[in-house]
Amino acid sequence: MLAGIRTKDLRKVYNSPPPLAAGAGGFSFAAARGKGKQPKPQIVALDGISLDVTPGEIFCLLGPNGAGKSTTVGILTTRVRPTGGQAWIGEHDVWKEQVPVKRLIGVVAQRPNLDFSLTAREILTFHGAYFGLDSHERAKRALALLDRFKLLDRADQIVRGFSGGMMQRLSIARAMMHDPQVLFLDEPSSGLDPQTRLLLWEIVREYNQSGKTILLTTHNMEEADALCQRLAIVDHGRVIAQGTPRELKASVPGGYLLRLRFGHQSPELLQRLQALAGVREVRATDGNGADLYADRGGSLVGEIANLALSSSVELCDVHISEPSLENLFLHHTGRSLRE
Amino acid sequence: MNLKTFLAMLARDAHVARRNIIPLLLQTFLQPLMFVFIFGRVMVGSGYMPPAYKSLLLPGIMALSMVGTGIWAVAMPLIGEFQFTREIEDRLLAPMDISWLAIEKVVAGTLQALAAGLMVIPCAWLLLRPGVDLNLRAPFLFAGIALLVALFSAVGGLALGCSVEQTHIGLMFSLVVAPMIFFGCTYYPWSALNNFPIMQKLVLVNPLVYASEGLRGALVPQYPHLPLIAVLAGLVFFDVLLLSVGLRQFHKKAVS
Repeated sequence: MLAGIRTKDLRKVYNSPPPLAAGAGGFSFAAARGKGKQPKPQIVALDGISLDVTPGEIFCLLGPNGAGKSTTVGILTTRVRPTGGQAWIGEHDVWKEQVPVKRLIGVVAQRPNLDFSLTAREILTFHGAYFGLDSHERAKRALALLDRFKLLDRADQIVRGFSGGMMQRLSIARAMMHDPQVLFLDEPSSGLDPQTRLLLWEIVREYNQSGKTILLTTHNMEEADALCQRLAIVDHGRVIAQGTPRELKASVPGGYLLRLRFGHQSPELLQRLQALAGVREVRATDGNGADLYADRGGSLVGEIANLALSSSVELCDVHISEPSLENLFLHHTGRSLRE
Repeated sequence: MNLKTFLAMLARDAHVARRNIIPLLLQTFLQPLMFVFIFGRVMVGSGYMPPAYKSLLLPGIMALSMVGTGIWAVAMPLIGEFQFTREIEDRLLAPMDISWLAIEKVVAGTLQALAAGLMVIPCAWLLLRPGVDLNLRAPFLFAGIALLVALFSAVGGLALGCSVEQTHIGLMFSLVVAPMIFFGCTYYPWSALNNFPIMQKLVLVNPLVYASEGLRGALVPQYPHLPLIAVLAGLVFFDVLLLSVGLRQFHKKAVS
């Protein structure tokens, strides 16, 4: 049975700082109206997130830390109670039918939450037992996964001494142990070396090819671009843009972004920049800078330099980026994902 | 409830307990048996305590071991597993209502407490003999009380383990567990407080009083003890109260 993911207007407001695992934090503070009580600071982690993930696709939530990605995953995996809105996995309402939902999903949390009292193999076999697999099947699947994730040589050691990357690999193996229809990966490649990251991507694609739905969160644009069929860009608990990587990149005016910094900046200068051929949009930024969205990149630099010279303004810095999701994020928020 | 999942979790806890059997045994028996040796053997042998004290002490030590074991067996793993490593998450995501996970912890703790209590009797008896006057007239009553005491220790562990942060474990022992032991009629019968009438009433809020007095009533009924009906009512009351508090706290910890 194929299962997709749907959410409708999900909201989450924390009355206290959110747990570390939910990763959200630090934006909109609003005072609660308590009757005669000291108002508590409230943290709005999700502000109406609606998603529709088709069964069998790799969908990505891309956004900076604290955007609400982990809270969204938390709600979809029964770990966080939403303040408002609804969520479904397949046909099941996540908050009304938790047990059938839990049967359908596999979850890799942002930080390894392995059972430190057990060995790597036992973590997998006990996980299988919780999901009702018989002992023969458990042993067989555990062996296959340990092999696939290159953990066989440490299979019978307690996981406390494992490196971060090994724990992460084991967490992913565990999530796949009961062969879930929907796999959630919360920042799966953070802390992985490039080689292991490629192994992870390969495994994710392979798992997806067997018809499974995968929801992945990341703040890494390359990962989103390389892996996902569709993605949603999230910031401050809201979806800013949603679509295939190609559609999203095409939605940035011109596609290219030139980030410029001058000795000083004036409205006239911005106007002259706007008039250059191929420039679609110019935005002033802090510190005498300007972001220039255009349909070409390097070939503009000479013209910009000439223009600066003729305006007696020093051109201090130029950064060109080709059409990318980073440009899209910048265009919507004025901030870089890398900041 | 999903029985397969429940049993798998119980098997996991048994597996971990087996792996840690030596520290577990030391922790369960060392302190009570040292106490038995000093007070039952040294003090009585040298004439500072009357010989009857041996018989009064044994049920109290049994209650103490059971309650200590049950609280420790449930609270300590829970405190650790709910910390930022969230080790428990794997089991919270298993296909079973999460309340049953809390109940599984209670069942595992109850079994450990029962095992501790039943093993303390022969050990203490060997250390104390001769002169221990056990008088097991109603074995079913004894079994019932032992079960209620074990259950109390496990639900107490659940309530404490889901309410206390890791940084406050020391405080939990000095502010909750230690006073409970000293005012829990473990080393003396409740009637010994006759000269302290206010304190005698106050200690009735301490569930350990019912545990010690109940086991005293079942094992050495010839000595003064609280009426059994009061013991049973007290234990059932605290079992239900702590279970409901524990489940509520567990849900609070498990779902943010």
